[in-house]
Amino acid sequence: MPSELINNYFRTETLPHIWCPGCGNGIVTRAIVKAIDNLNIPKDDVCIVSGIGCSSRAAGYLDFNTLHTTHGRALAFATGVKLANPKLHVIVITGDGDASAIGGNHLIHSARRNIDITTVVFNNSIYGMTGGQYSPTTPMGDKATTAPYGSIDPNFDLCELANAAGATYVARGTVYAVNILEKVIQEGISNKGFSFIEAIATCPTYYGRKNKKGSAVDMIKFLKEHGVMYTAWQKMSEDEKIGKFPIGKLYTKERKEYTEQYQMLIDSLGKESNQ
Amino acid sequence: MAELKLMQGNEACVMGAIHAGMRFYSGYPITPSTEIAELSAELLPKYGGKFIQMEDEIAGVAAALGASLAGLKSMTATSGPGFSLKQENIGYGIMAEIPIVIVDVQRSGPSTGLPTSPSQGDIMQARWGTHGDHSIIALYPASVKEIYTTTIKAFNLSEKYRTPVILLLDEIIGHMREKIDLEELKNIEIYDRKKPTKSDDKYLAYKVNDGDIVPEMPSFGEGYRFHVTGLVHDETGFPSNNESVADKLLNRLINKIEDNKQDIVNFEEYLLEDSEYAIISFGAISRSSKVAVDKLREQGIKIGMFRPITIWPSPEKEISELSKKVKKIYVVELNAGQYFLEVQRIVSGQCEVRKYGKINGDIIVPQEIISFIKEDIYA
Repeated sequence: MPSELINNYFRTETLPHIWCPGCGNGIVTRAIVKAIDNLNIPKDDVCIVSGIGCSSRAAGYLDFNTLHTTHGRALAFATGVKLANPKLHVIVITGDGDASAIGGNHLIHSARRNIDITTVVFNNSIYGMTGGQYSPTTPMGDKATTAPYGSIDPNFDLCELANAAGATYVARGTVYAVNILEKVIQEGISNKGFSFIEAIATCPTYYGRKNKKGSAVDMIKFLKEHGVMYTAWQKMSEDEKIGKFPIGKLYTKERKEYTEQYQMLIDSLGKESNQ
Repeated sequence: MAELKLMQGNEACVMGAIHAGMRFYSGYPITPSTEIAELSAELLPKYGGKFIQMEDEIAGVAAALGASLAGLKSMTATSGPGFSLKQENIGYGIMAEIPIVIVDVQRSGPSTGLPTSPSQGDIMQARWGTHGDHSIIALYPASVKEIYTTTIKAFNLSEKYRTPVILLLDEIIGHMREKIDLEELKNIEIYDRKKPTKSDDKYLAYKVNDGDIVPEMPSFGEGYRFHVTGLVHDETGFPSNNESVADKLLNRLINKIEDNKQDIVNFEEYLLEDSEYAIISFGAISRSSKVAVDKLREQGIKIGMFRPITIWPSPEKEISELSKKVKKIYVVELNAGQYFLEVQRIVSGQCEVRKYGKINGDIIVPQEIISFIKEDIYA
């Protein structure tokens, strides 16, 4: 029997999903739905926009207004949706390659504008849909089909990138720390501005296998052992931080929201009509 | 009372767009289309609409597609290199059946080319720029007044056929200033996308109802919660790998345009009744061609001009009929012979077809057309 959450928020006729056994994407997708459910937002008022890749297929499974766009462009489409109808809660579902390689420009500019969109990056450190090529978040030295000798590309810290670009809510969760993931997505949706949530997900099929990370369970255990709550992280020494990463709410700031600013401009000009 | 204005072509495009109901513009600065963005930025907020300058050309078309799905008539404008960058998402708009207008004020190329000398080099890019098999609507006016009316037509067709419509301009007509009487244009009919009326509980987002050309189109947030994707999809809107679903969808997308040519295709015939020769020409260059026709007639040559305003789908029937009537067709265009290929295909040997083109950044003036045709006829 599917859970009430699945019955209420998933298009059950489109299931089963395409993800591999052990993939973390289902956990992140559930966390997004749970956050929306906790906030009691009517389904008609939610618009999910996704790009291309494994994670972006989530949009089709969810019973909201859903827009599965071109590779890297989810945030650009979402900007049009949000500006055209600011009443919609716009949530972007994207992957590490989609958001930070081909779509990296849209990410930094959406953050710069502080447009009220919540972006959840399913970061599995690999291009999964195309069979395991290295992405901007593949850790340096790790292997991929296009990095057979180990990647020499330094990897992005997406939260630092989003924060520097101007996002007003920045957080990280993992597919192990599900409660934290739900909580930060919920806070992100509630934040009136650009919210960025990095959800560390697992890809045992490509990233895990190439890098001898063990089973899906082993990979989730790794997230349990290496993700440290930000409050504790701040008290750690530089030596203690090596190999670990902070999770939870990382940054918040007060900035003007883009669509509100545009509405103020319209109001200040006084509406003229050509009818 | 006449409401006379001296208006630039790019300006007339924005005025026509607002008349048609444009309430969203997203784009990226590029000459010679920039005035379209500038005037949209100034006017749209006054009409309660939205303008946004995006971070790149790709985002410019993507945001317009998103805004259209959220219910606003949307436009983006660009030139040469920017038009190349927009192509992937034009294909998305075709596949997902999203009405938008994409203006391409053509400039010389390839690449940065001769910034920003005039050209008609995007005729084939407009047709085949995006990958995969598809049909497309591309319109090409030739005067400031016609830019105004054709922009409205572009919006109307995009709404009616649920498809991106390309409005081709060129540097010459985009920057040219002419007299326009807004009073005589104020009653042009406006077409708005047909929306579903909520009746049955099983809403099929991509089902074409009997008697309709395209699926009805609600906006995001109106309670239909439909799915939009660039993947092949069935009537539900959800992806499918089924061959018969793909066959049905892709052919429907092509045929909704090709089967309605009599509604979409627009053209001008100039002094063709008794002609032995014809020029086919469009946009700014058709104005040189028209002068050449007048001068050649003064010299006793029976010649006229056929001017496609709808470039794609091409006026196949009309050009074929013309080729049965005349001895020779001259395709005069500011490129190396792009529409020439289409005319040759249509004519299929029913008369001789010759091309006159130029790709050095200079315009084609009447005298060179006259010389070319006279040399050809008297050779």
